[in-house]
Amino acid sequence: MRAFIGFVALSLIAVGLALALYHIPFGQDRMDVARDYLARSVRDTGAPNVVTGIVVNYRALDTLGEVTVLFSASLGVGMLMTWRSPGGGRPLPGASLIVRRGAGFLFPFILLFGGYIFVHGHLTPGGGFQGGAVIASAFLLLYLGIPGYLLARRPLAAIESLTGITFVAIGIIGLAVGGYFLNNFLPKGSVFSLFSAGVIPILYMVIGLKVGAELAGVVANMIGGGEE
Amino acid sequence: MIYIALLVVGMLGAGIAACLLRDLLAAVVAAAAVSLILSGFFYLLQAPDVAMAEAAIGAGLTTAIFVIAIRKTGRHEE
Amino acid sequence: MNAGDPMVYAGAVGLILIGLFTVITRRNLIKIIIGLTLLDGGVNLLLVAVGYIQGRTAPIITPAHPDTARMVDPIPQALVLTAIVIGLGVTALGLGLAIRVYGHYNTLDTRKIRGLKW
Repeated sequence: MRAFIGFVALSLIAVGLALALYHIPFGQDRMDVARDYLARSVRDTGAPNVVTGIVVNYRALDTLGEVTVLFSASLGVGMLMTWRSPGGGRPLPGASLIVRRGAGFLFPFILLFGGYIFVHGHLTPGGGFQGGAVIASAFLLLYLGIPGYLLARRPLAAIESLTGITFVAIGIIGLAVGGYFLNNFLPKGSVFSLFSAGVIPILYMVIGLKVGAELAGVVANMIGGGEE
Repeated sequence: MIYIALLVVGMLGAGIAACLLRDLLAAVVAAAAVSLILSGFFYLLQAPDVAMAEAAIGAGLTTAIFVIAIRKTGRHEE
Repeated sequence: MNAGDPMVYAGAVGLILIGLFTVITRRNLIKIIIGLTLLDGGVNLLLVAVGYIQGRTAPIITPAHPDTARMVDPIPQALVLTAIVIGLGVTALGLGLAIRVYGHYNTLDTRKIRGLKW
């Protein structure tokens, strides 16, 4: 019965999607507002990576909302996982010597790579979200490699709160200086150099640290070893 | 053309495996394979930012938290 | 990517359907969450594929490629970037709920969990 309803629903959805996609030929130019974004991005935002320009400048308010959603999810995981379930929560087995040493050795390099990704978010592919995920995976590596590793909860919470406050503060300074929230009030600098594009690198750094702290917190809460 | 067809077939095959495998750990690995091929598609579709996000988040962290959750519950689907 | 390659559409729609099928027919909570991630990936691929334009490059201006008229649509990419991160949040929250349910009922089978069967 369940499978039958499933098949009927799926065939309806398949037909609907096929009918819709029939009118959207693959690989055709149907840009509208995007043409404007592409043409004006470097002049408006100073960021050669147009996706970054959209995420952190044109639609920065949406990004603030997204970071808030991620924060809520992280908070929810924390609230769900602090009550230890009776059955689960076996300790992780000890890793071999190579894994332990390798995790300790690679950890700073992975952090550096994550930082590189979000510092160069306005010039090259990548940005705060990707860099934050890489940083969180560095902490995951420590959890897997070093038995009994505990992520300190307080610095993590401090980074998360401070970056959130910084994001909103930059937005309010933009409102005071330029008349709208998250205005790009710093000088744009010369295109293609690291210190350019005004507040975009700062905002992406803030986003990267915040996402990294939140995702590392999610991993720590899921493993359940983060209690103080 | 043939590469695209192979990638599509591989991705859908891994997706079907993720749906049908009774061993949850194997299903999660199949879902990670789907994410990896998806990341390749994003690269081919000229979206390097999205490809990086999918590789780091979809194939990396999602798989890790699935494995942690399976450790804390049961490995086999009854 | 060659001329007129709608196979990417087929892959995206196929992934959406597989994900939906998993969500509808499987009874294990973790399997249902795996189905949600597949569905998520399919929708993301569909969005990026709709924004792709034949023969153009990624929307990143470099000194070697300064011509913005030769770039693909950046808006679906910005949208999907957001969607991937939110997808991880949804997955993590769902798994947290599943672990709590397992702690309470000692099973992940939706038939045996009171209030979740249909």
